Amino acid sequence: MQLKLHKVKVRDVRWGDVTKVQEGVLYVDKASALEAVKDDAFAKVDLELARPGESIRIIPVKDCIQPRVKLSGGKEYFPGFCAPLQRAGDGATLVLDGAAVVTCGSIVAFQEGFIDMSGQGARYTPFSETNNVVLVVEPTDGLDKHKYEAALRIAGLKLATYLAKACMDTKADEVATFEKGSIAEESAKFPGLPKILYVCMSIAQGLLHDTYVYGTDVKMSFPFLLHPNEVLDGAVVSGNCVSACDKNTTYHHVNNPVVRDLYERHGKDLNFLGVVISPESTVLAGKERNARMSAAIGADLGANGAVITEEGYGNPDTDLCLTAKYFEEAGIRTVVISDEAAGTDGKSQSLADATPEMNAFVSTGNVNEMIVVPPMQKVIGDPKAIALLSGGSAESLWEDGSMYVELQSVIGSTVEIGYSQVGCEWV
Amino acid sequence: MSYRVVCYINQFYGGKGGEEVADFKPELVEGPVGPGLELQKLFGDEARVIGTIICGDGYYAEHIEKARAECLKIVEDLKPDLFVAGPAFNAGRYGVACGDICAAITQSLDIPSLTGMFPENPGVELYRAQTFIVKTEGSARGMKQALTSMARLGLKLIKGELLGPAYEEGYIHRGIRKNFFKDKRGSLRAIDILLQKIAGQEFRTEYEMPTFKKIPPAPPIKDIKHATIALVTSGGIVPRGNPDRLRVSSAESYAKYDISGLDDLTPDEFESIHGGYDRMWANLDPDVVVPLDVMRELEREGVFGKLHPYLYTTTGTGTSVANAERFGQEIGRELKEAGVDGVILTST
Repeated sequence: MQLKLHKVKVRDVRWGDVTKVQEGVLYVDKASALEAVKDDAFAKVDLELARPGESIRIIPVKDCIQPRVKLSGGKEYFPGFCAPLQRAGDGATLVLDGAAVVTCGSIVAFQEGFIDMSGQGARYTPFSETNNVVLVVEPTDGLDKHKYEAALRIAGLKLATYLAKACMDTKADEVATFEKGSIAEESAKFPGLPKILYVCMSIAQGLLHDTYVYGTDVKMSFPFLLHPNEVLDGAVVSGNCVSACDKNTTYHHVNNPVVRDLYERHGKDLNFLGVVISPESTVLAGKERNARMSAAIGADLGANGAVITEEGYGNPDTDLCLTAKYFEEAGIRTVVISDEAAGTDGKSQSLADATPEMNAFVSTGNVNEMIVVPPMQKVIGDPKAIALLSGGSAESLWEDGSMYVELQSVIGSTVEIGYSQVGCEWV
Repeated sequence: MSYRVVCYINQFYGGKGGEEVADFKPELVEGPVGPGLELQKLFGDEARVIGTIICGDGYYAEHIEKARAECLKIVEDLKPDLFVAGPAFNAGRYGVACGDICAAITQSLDIPSLTGMFPENPGVELYRAQTFIVKTEGSARGMKQALTSMARLGLKLIKGELLGPAYEEGYIHRGIRKNFFKDKRGSLRAIDILLQKIAGQEFRTEYEMPTFKKIPPAPPIKDIKHATIALVTSGGIVPRGNPDRLRVSSAESYAKYDISGLDDLTPDEFESIHGGYDRMWANLDPDVVVPLDVMRELEREGVFGKLHPYLYTTTGTGTSVANAERFGQEIGRELKEAGVDGVILTST
């Protein structure tokens, strides 16, 4: 499979008469963009812009999506949602690199997060560095939360696809190629290199904690193998309303750093087998089954090692432990990436579960650590929402607009696919 | 002007003698003595060792309160910018003395302190949380290395510089997890570690597995017909408006509500404020999280004796294990004192 990402660099975003990218500026035709996301579920829809370095807070944020569209090897984007069911990962894709769609709306009230475009909070989220087109919606009266989530999720995907599609003729600043043959071919090419599998555990617990692959909710699915290109090309979509810090947004999925870094080293010091999406279940039997089945896929593929990443904290710690345990028992060495809930003082043990096999642990930070973020001149959304967000409290918002919050209220701050450089250590 | 440092050493390093003079009482000597001479060289012009307390290991161990008070008095008068004890390597009594005096000086006088010990020294477990203990070898063979680390850390403490992780600064960690911005993103660190592990090379995990306490379950209730049963939940059910301001996640408290006059938790009076699950159904009927309605029916039918008049509630999402353990102990104690025989714990 060969995927070419045609990256059009976006360094600024402005309103314009026509949606296009010109000299690094993404111009958005607001009327057409709004038309693209029309849905009966919304009483009101609006768009706002937020650029890196601006004094803007966006709250409450649900998902972030990178604007993309297929140039060849498929149509539109996000197969199963905004595109027909085609295999992702082949051909060429246009990427508005440096832009993001941010969906904003209080669905569960507790389980969204915030983005600051400048100040201390900006350091912790990748979306302070993207030029954001923010979709702010108000649902119709009495709209069921699950319908609201679905409508906002799909509106975000549509807006991202719309933006990229309008820029299809723009010449790319850079083309990144991801090419890898079948597991048999690659193993024949690199017989001496350790075979590495990536297990991407994904929240699939229903109740608005869902991950979608090719348009399907994976809640009732077994673990399954994807070609890395499929992950990098829109097969996986977030439907998650869970703690902001460590949910993999749709933006994170298509830019999954474990996939990109394993790819980068493929054929050099390792042989990248592929990606297993392992659903995180609510029940122990589901955790057992998916951990065992993931390890079985690894064993059948002859893996020597596995990178295992968690999504969420708390009960998914058990999925992580079991998965590491069964891989190690199958003779496959593991490393896990996870965040920690060590308390606001950092003095508590960090995990809800532990196993001795999990002896190679990469930390993406203590979600409970307190930070102070300065007031912003403009707030997109509702500044008072922090009182209800996970990691916030009624006392979080100070009179001057500063906030004293746990790191976990910042979108993407401790994401467990190792996207950022934040990590916890003993002091 | 250079910073002022006071040192603490035992009778042996103070040149007073060995075990035969272990009862040597605290004595202040001007300037550096023993290991302090090398420490002074390492400090250069930045800091000056203005005095050294010499105290027998036996004296400190046998008269710990008195010895501590005597040393504190000396240090209080000198008002140094930093206090350095030892290094004690693997000497048990010396380690405890160094740890104790360092902890006391930092706590009472707000002066930064540090010492040096071998990780197995009993002083480490006792005092690691209260001072900085530089990791040393087991014996004085590691003196030079220990003092180098101690001087470096000492100057940082005096200047109030931001410290890096314990393993980089060379001290034994104080049991606190702290966030840092690292050189490489997590995915790259993970792949490095995995390849090292596969190759059988040494690797450094970023978090060692904690050891969980095993709590033996209570014996089964013998006579359920006369048993008092309590309802306890981590599902975040509270009276509407959350009067005790329980946090929606990372709870640091729990609340207790009188349910003795109620047969049912109605959405008019109760709600879920839990930040970790979809509360739609819990807010339509809070009994799905705290089954008061069913418990009242069973109580009336005589299936069990009676329902405890109080509901205990907290939110179990992102809640630290340390806080959860404290809630459990406190709630458990109250229930035991109230004569409760069994608890139905509902989680979400």
